[in-house]
Amino acid sequence: MAWTTGVGSTTGAAQTPEPAIPQVLRWANDAEGGAPYIYHTPDNPDQLVGFEVELAQALCDRLGCTSQFVQYNWANLIPGLRQGGNYDIVIAALERTPENLAQVAMSRPYFAFGQQLVARTGDTNIQSLRDLAGRRIGVLASTLSHRLVTQQGGLEVRVYDENVNYFRDLELGRIDAVLTDSPIAAVQLRTSPNLRAAGPPFAPAHYAIAAPIGSSGLLTRINEALGSLIQDGTLERIYRRYELWGPQQAALATWTAEVVPTTTSGASTAATRLKPVPTLRYVTILIEAAVTTVWVSLTSMALAMTWGLGLALARCYGSRPVRWMAMSYIEVFRGTPLLLQLYFIYFGLAQQWGWKLSAGAAAVLTLGLNYAANEAENFRAGLEAIPRGQTEAALALGLSPVMTLRRILLPQALRISLPGITNDLIALFKDSSIVSVIGLVELTKEFLIRSLDAGDYIGLGILTAAIYLIMGHTASLAARTLERRLRT
Amino acid sequence: MIEIVGLRKRFGTVTVLDGIDHQQAAGEVVALIGPSGCGKSTLLRCLNWLETPDAGSLRLGDVRIEAGTPEAADRRLRQLLRRRTGMIFQQFHLFPHRTALENVMEAPIHVDRLPRSEAHALAMGLLSKVGLADRAHHLPAQLSGGQQQRVAIARALAMKPQILLCDEPTSALDPELRGEVLTVLQTLAGEGMTLLIVTHELAFARDIAHRVVFLEGGRVVESGLTRAVLDQPQHPRLQEFLGKHRARPL
Repeated sequence: MAWTTGVGSTTGAAQTPEPAIPQVLRWANDAEGGAPYIYHTPDNPDQLVGFEVELAQALCDRLGCTSQFVQYNWANLIPGLRQGGNYDIVIAALERTPENLAQVAMSRPYFAFGQQLVARTGDTNIQSLRDLAGRRIGVLASTLSHRLVTQQGGLEVRVYDENVNYFRDLELGRIDAVLTDSPIAAVQLRTSPNLRAAGPPFAPAHYAIAAPIGSSGLLTRINEALGSLIQDGTLERIYRRYELWGPQQAALATWTAEVVPTTTSGASTAATRLKPVPTLRYVTILIEAAVTTVWVSLTSMALAMTWGLGLALARCYGSRPVRWMAMSYIEVFRGTPLLLQLYFIYFGLAQQWGWKLSAGAAAVLTLGLNYAANEAENFRAGLEAIPRGQTEAALALGLSPVMTLRRILLPQALRISLPGITNDLIALFKDSSIVSVIGLVELTKEFLIRSLDAGDYIGLGILTAAIYLIMGHTASLAARTLERRLRT
Repeated sequence: MIEIVGLRKRFGTVTVLDGIDHQQAAGEVVALIGPSGCGKSTLLRCLNWLETPDAGSLRLGDVRIEAGTPEAADRRLRQLLRRRTGMIFQQFHLFPHRTALENVMEAPIHVDRLPRSEAHALAMGLLSKVGLADRAHHLPAQLSGGQQQRVAIARALAMKPQILLCDEPTSALDPELRGEVLTVLQTLAGEGMTLLIVTHELAFARDIAHRVVFLEGGRVVESGLTRAVLDQPQHPRLQEFLGKHRARPL
């Protein structure tokens, strides 16, 4: 179309104002979002489908530009948009709430939904949030549902990064309910007979397209295009394909911006300025999260050292098959991703054999089993570094092989292995942040949540880093003291 | 006290001991000499089963082992053998993470199950005997080579061995430190301890040994009283060996 950009003549470019619609419109979403928003069908793993994917395509067709999908971590979509450069707009189930409108500009709604409480079929007591006092509820981080349960209070809230995970934990009985957007619940309930909708949807809200603050030209064009998609029934055809059409969606046609007007310059300056961070409160919040990090790390390390010592002994002194088994274990746990092991232990064991480990136990077990491979190698290096003469001198004195190991070899090996073990403990403090994917809020996760809330990455980042440094430094100091105790 | 008959040991395709016969009375001091690789250290290490001989028999005091038999694989028998012997290594092999005193107390406490106080008294007595009572609380790294070897001797004596096996006890020491170790060993010899000493220092052998055994190629080539062997060697290989060693200042 003539009004798009890229005319190419230099004289023209100098006079025309910044064109509102780029030739290629980059829209961001997170393909982990799942059905019905954006997902891969099992029969065609290469192609993305979902009502937001089709909406984006229809929108770009209407705007006369090429649509380009950008994959981005859902929790970071808004900061990424504010920072700019990676994508132009976000079509990813972002709610049209005052909180979001303070950070980005938003279009007219393209979807209406409510909050749906989901519980297990057998658990008939739960009909609303009020029935959940003292019980565990799962929500997606940084969503409207998250804010609602936090406001409700009195609930034990487990924060997830992915929808799939909380439904699985609900089915396994690790949590008692999930609060989520009605379309997510609808899709899940179609395939999970042991889950049910607990009560009707409430807290109606809308999804809208987000654009950077100040891009009112782009947003006007998007609003026009959306309006026409609604008027001519394109939107209805898309939504019907996903069984999402209803009176709520029909009402989108008559929607007017009653709550917050589209971006004004006043809102823009207020939103771009960072909110002042009440630092002292965040210090206590982050330290509480650090406690989780510390106990997960220390317990894991204790397990890793015990099990790792066993592996090292098996590797150094075992019979051939025992040595081979220890070596295989070490290779497997060193050579596969920690995240994969965590999912295997947390979800896999529960699914396959019904071993429902708590998130904490699964985290400690995974990190412990994984780091045991490293510690085994540390211990082996220590044992192998001891001169053969030490063993001979001990045996010649009449010490049994077990005594020789315990009294003569292990103390010396530990001393040699200690720097490596200390390294691993410090790495573990940081690596333990991976357990946030199964709903444990530790230091890094807390930082991510709080920095999103506060819009402050630098201040909270330095604070978080300082806490990690203190933990690491304490570990080094303790190791140095122990090293001196072990002498030589 | 020691009776070795037909002892053989191979490492892979290399025959290190090729049928060794050796007898030694209680209180006798014997020096094992020979070119490097002749098997003298291996012979010593077979006596306390740090190396497992392939064939032959071994008697130390009241303990008898026939190599290659099922009884020879018995850990208790090996343990008995080690209780009869003490071993002194060229590189001392003190436990670096323990003080001199703890090195000496280790085996009495953890093998003999001696009460701590008794082990302490025993260890202090032995450290005095080797002249190191004032170094009892030093770590090996804080001691000179000669002092370390003397602690090692005290450590071996703490188990009250009937035979002391010494594997080149002074070779790792500076010449001026050898005297102190030699003095300790001479004292022990004077007290009637049975000593089997591997050495390549002929002067040391001459000073301490009643008898000398010359090994080459895993066999006993010549043996006899110290003066006879060292001053009137019969076998041409021994003559050649002694010739080389005289030419080299110690």
